[in-house]
Amino acid sequence: MKRLESNLLNMVLSLTLVTLAAAALLGGLYVLTEEPIQKQKADKQQKAITSVLPVVEGMEIAEAEEVNGMTIYKAYVGDSLVGAAVQTQENGFGGVFRLMVGFDSEGNVVNYEVLEHQETPGLGDHMTTWFKTDKNQQSVIGRSPAKSKFVVSKDGGDVDAITAATISSRAFLKAVQGAYDTYSKPAVEAVSGATSLSENAELQEIYPDNVEPQTEEKDE
Amino acid sequence: MNKPLNTFTNGLLRENPTFGLVLGMCPTLATTTSAINGMSMGLATLFVLVCSNVVISLIRNLIPDKVHIPAYIVVIASFVTMVQLLMQAYVPAVYETLGLFIPLIVVNCIVLGRAEAFAAKNGVGLSALDGLGMGLGFTLSLTVLGAIRELLGSGMCFGLKVFPEQYGMLIFVLAPGAFIALAYLMAVVMKIKK
Repeated sequence: MKRLESNLLNMVLSLTLVTLAAAALLGGLYVLTEEPIQKQKADKQQKAITSVLPVVEGMEIAEAEEVNGMTIYKAYVGDSLVGAAVQTQENGFGGVFRLMVGFDSEGNVVNYEVLEHQETPGLGDHMTTWFKTDKNQQSVIGRSPAKSKFVVSKDGGDVDAITAATISSRAFLKAVQGAYDTYSKPAVEAVSGATSLSENAELQEIYPDNVEPQTEEKDE
Repeated sequence: MNKPLNTFTNGLLRENPTFGLVLGMCPTLATTTSAINGMSMGLATLFVLVCSNVVISLIRNLIPDKVHIPAYIVVIASFVTMVQLLMQAYVPAVYETLGLFIPLIVVNCIVLGRAEAFAAKNGVGLSALDGLGMGLGFTLSLTVLGAIRELLGSGMCFGLKVFPEQYGMLIFVLAPGAFIALAYLMAVVMKIKK
């Protein structure tokens, strides 16, 4: 069979057919895979929540709350707050990444999971394990942003950046700090015992109108 | 030598995409920070190469010459997207490590290069074999390059510790190391071929 001649009709027809077929195939496949993909994402999120929360007997996870564009899953034993998982997102080196960070009632990081990211393979993608590895000052596990400075050591902070991926590291620590801020602020009403949070609580009682609007303005 | 076998072995050494044709250098240099990464990229490319070669060979006479490049690109991009969707849905574990590389395959010139140079002129069977050979050749060279960089750079081989990390040369994990390792490997391959 001879190849079709390059006249206008042939070109338009063949291109239209090829793109139509491709679009139909992809559309069909998208519909087919949409449900399993959503399910995978939800599963991963559920797993992440339980893996970043402290292990306490009789703990129950409350309904998700939306604060400052982050999602908080608080965990209670009876009426007292024992920790929370905060889902946040931040701009990394290769785009937005989503992170789940867990804190205990004192504000220490229990664990974290990177839910989704587009960091450079072999460099920035080390963030999935780097900040959990107990070596020099690179781990954030068991440390609290209230007590140590969650900034890379190059910028005068207390955490070692990922080798050759400083931008990803900065973004990661910024996300953890943001999650902590969100966690420690609304937590005031629920916890009165946690020392690191009580300062905020007092401030809020004295100036109930002054404290909140300021932070809101910043966020917007 | 008979033709099918010749077509298949062509991509493995004589016209190896990386060391012979020197095509697809961007993913070669960018993704070979470890042996596993290199191999994963190679396998994903292999799949797309075979599929796109078969389809392009099937429709080669229906596409007028002047619009063949846009048509081929649409076919290739569709396959890449399909791979991405299917992986995300059914093998999330693999997607986690590979997901970052998949979109890169569209711009890999080996795929378009083989569509242009081979599939557009040959039958379906031979085109599939060519895709398989080229894909395997690409996988092989990326795995070797990745293994060398991983070993020298971070003291590991396929994720297993060979020597402590602090003795590794960080430069081999970074871009300059990719060029250095590639150059030496290419010199070795040239020597073997002669």
